[in-house]
Amino acid sequence: MISNLDYATLQQLWWIICSIVGSLFLFLTFVQGGQTLLWQVAKTDLEKSLVVTSLGRKWKMPFTTLVLFGGALFAAFPKFYATSFGGAYWVWMLILFSFIIQAVSYEYRKKPNNLLGSGVYELFLFINGSLGILLIGAAVGTFYTGSNFTLDLFNRVAWDYYFMGINLRGLEAAFSLFNLSLGIFLVFNARVLGALYLLNNIDFSLTPHLESRLRKGIWYNFLIALPFLLYVFISILFMKGFGVDSKGIVSFVSSKYLSNLLAMPYLMILLLTGIILVLYGVLSSSFKKSFMGIWFSGLGTIFVGLVVLCLPAFNNTAFYPSKLDLQSSLTIFNASSSLFTLKTMTYVALGIPIVLAYVIYVWKLMDSKKLTANEVVEEESY
Amino acid sequence: MIMVELDLTMVNWARAQFALTAMYHWLFVPLTLGLSFLCAFFESIYVRTKDKQWKALTKFWMTLFGINFAIGVATGIILEFEFGTNWSNYAWIVGDIFGAPLAIEGIFAFFLEATFFAVMFFGWERVSTKFHLFSTWMVAIGSNLSAVWILVANGWMQNPVGMIFNPQTARFEMNNFAEVVFNPVAVSKFIHTSSSGFLFASLFVLSISCWYLIKKRHIQMAKRSIVVASVFGLLSSSFVVLTGDESAFLVAQKQPMKLAAIEGLYKGQTKAPIVAAGILNSDKKPGDNQEPFLVEIKIPYLLSFLANRSFNSFVPGIDDLVYGNEAQKIESTASKMAKGKTALKNLALFKQAQKENNDQKAQIFLANFRKNQEFMGYGYLDSPEEAVPPVAIPYYAFHIMVALGTLFPIIFAVFLFFALKDLLTQKRWLLPIGLISVFLGLMAQQSGWIVAEVGRQPWAIKGLLPVKMSATNLFAGNIQITFFMFLGLFTILLMAEISIMLKQISIGPGEGR
Repeated sequence: MISNLDYATLQQLWWIICSIVGSLFLFLTFVQGGQTLLWQVAKTDLEKSLVVTSLGRKWKMPFTTLVLFGGALFAAFPKFYATSFGGAYWVWMLILFSFIIQAVSYEYRKKPNNLLGSGVYELFLFINGSLGILLIGAAVGTFYTGSNFTLDLFNRVAWDYYFMGINLRGLEAAFSLFNLSLGIFLVFNARVLGALYLLNNIDFSLTPHLESRLRKGIWYNFLIALPFLLYVFISILFMKGFGVDSKGIVSFVSSKYLSNLLAMPYLMILLLTGIILVLYGVLSSSFKKSFMGIWFSGLGTIFVGLVVLCLPAFNNTAFYPSKLDLQSSLTIFNASSSLFTLKTMTYVALGIPIVLAYVIYVWKLMDSKKLTANEVVEEESY
Repeated sequence: MIMVELDLTMVNWARAQFALTAMYHWLFVPLTLGLSFLCAFFESIYVRTKDKQWKALTKFWMTLFGINFAIGVATGIILEFEFGTNWSNYAWIVGDIFGAPLAIEGIFAFFLEATFFAVMFFGWERVSTKFHLFSTWMVAIGSNLSAVWILVANGWMQNPVGMIFNPQTARFEMNNFAEVVFNPVAVSKFIHTSSSGFLFASLFVLSISCWYLIKKRHIQMAKRSIVVASVFGLLSSSFVVLTGDESAFLVAQKQPMKLAAIEGLYKGQTKAPIVAAGILNSDKKPGDNQEPFLVEIKIPYLLSFLANRSFNSFVPGIDDLVYGNEAQKIESTASKMAKGKTALKNLALFKQAQKENNDQKAQIFLANFRKNQEFMGYGYLDSPEEAVPPVAIPYYAFHIMVALGTLFPIIFAVFLFFALKDLLTQKRWLLPIGLISVFLGLMAQQSGWIVAEVGRQPWAIKGLLPVKMSATNLFAGNIQITFFMFLGLFTILLMAEISIMLKQISIGPGEGR
């Protein structure tokens, strides 16, 4: 069956696969969000240990998903990989830096002779959860607002945005209110998800105050995230987009993303369902003592993430537009790998359900019992 | 024109940054590759014997594994993304082929590791004993699967196969996935590299166990660890020697310039001797008449045999490969450069004609390009001598690696012999040798990658794309800043890792974490 798929179908399929991986990453940022809550919700050493150990058992999932997201983009859309990573150099370098410092922090934080002290490793976790996610949001925002690059005849990228004589290489993305709002929304959404996850994962019988602080945290962080989300969605509905005509010529089109949403009603349904699920997760956990909110808000985040990543890519739209030279803009069709590679990768992707199945099985197995205070004191913990 | 003005200072900083991150990463990865299996062996023995001491021993080595694993992951993420940030031309030109193994690594290897890692460390009381053991094995398999795919990618750079060049997009595209995966260089690289990781981890266990024996602490645990590590180390070090020979044979066949450099061979010879040891003449340049060595000890015929499996065969030297050798039908680099420049010129003209919708001209330029495309990469070189890697670095690295590689099976055999006779505590002269062996292993590991990567300069993809054309068009200052950022950060994290490990070793089994 895969061998019969045409090139255009495979290109679109791979954008959807990459978007699913990206959306799963957004759900898994509950780890990053939880990291930023550490100082706020955990007031005693025991509470801190519970929070860090609970998150520490999952920290590799968003990390691995991010690496897979990069690998999938490299394989399926190498022109985007080369243009974005090579062009927006500083944004990606700072994001990577924040993930490097995260990777060691769980393992080293409480170990004796850890050289830097546990406070520094906790600061590393905070930087990863705040700056790292903010910059990822700003980078995703450029799918809508465009970037300052040009490509030559041989697709070599040049970046041209100077501030006080310095080429910012992508950092200017954070100067855009839209990009910044998307980034801030992702940070606070991750904090909401982090609190929801901790609520679901920890046994609060010895730490009831931690539970109440988490429930409050869900609501307050949601309230802070909300205006940024509204600003992003209202902007998306009315902003000019980067349309592509039948000859491949890119031009500005008024309300392009609104027309994309209307042209793809399943995205609209996904968006509304996603928002309702997020809301239900937040409200049920904040006011109804539910512990299951993470699954509703998590699924909702995945749906909303899918819309955010698919909306600027389908319906004749350039997903990585250039503000400097519209014709350098990247589309699903001009940035992808060859037909052979996409077919090969699609066969490989048949293994993804197996991977998902064992991830879910092991997750359930490990989380069937809640994390207890006794466990973090007497057994393996971070 | 296809040639662009790239800042060569920037290219060298990008090279340095990649070398820095790769070398730091490779301080930790071999230990992950091997220690994951050793933990699986230890735990298997525990599950079989139900002896609690084996459990304590397993948990102790797992603690050290976890400390090392974290920093290995931290230094690894930057490598994948550096292909985009620092080598974006490369990423675009070969992403079609190179990206696939990285994506497969993510799907199949990293998730296996990440998922079962949590069970391995936190699942002792949450899952059954058998499922826990299964998880430990999955972590070991996942770690090594990851090595498969990254070495497939690296092997392809050293011996590009399974692809065609598409002049429409000016990039290489995969046309045979099986050829890429089963590329003989990739297969050989994986076997050699993973077995060297097993060897290194065995040295690590041996070294720490010897320290306990010297200190007369945890004696039974140390002895048990030494037995398992010596068996694993002996098998893997013997394998390293065998696969090293195969690896050298493939280098001779596919990368003759690299072989000439690692042997310091300037003038090709039949019945070529191998240099067992020697000091290079640092003034020696390709094409001059100076002697390449100040001092050398040679073993006759052996290089011919190593390179071609025949004692009488001809092995080309650097001068033959740069300036040509008519008698041996070796084309000069200057001739390849001329063909390469013709290819690049016609490719540019083809693209221009296409842009102008002039099909007739485009077809003529395309035909001219096709005639010379095999040498396309040489068209980027500025002089024939640029095709020569810096000889001294891979030469010394190769000889250090080979000397140490030959020593390791002996070390393991001796330790295994005395361990089985239960004489380790009596043979105290042996223990300091075991203690320092881990540092020798580290030196061999780093030397191996220096041979592989410096020896293939100036090519990112052998014969097709030089490193200088692979780089992102950045200002050198950007990479200088990130170079020092990573140097500082990785050094601090390395110091933290060593400090934590030393403390955990000093605490010993049963009381760690």
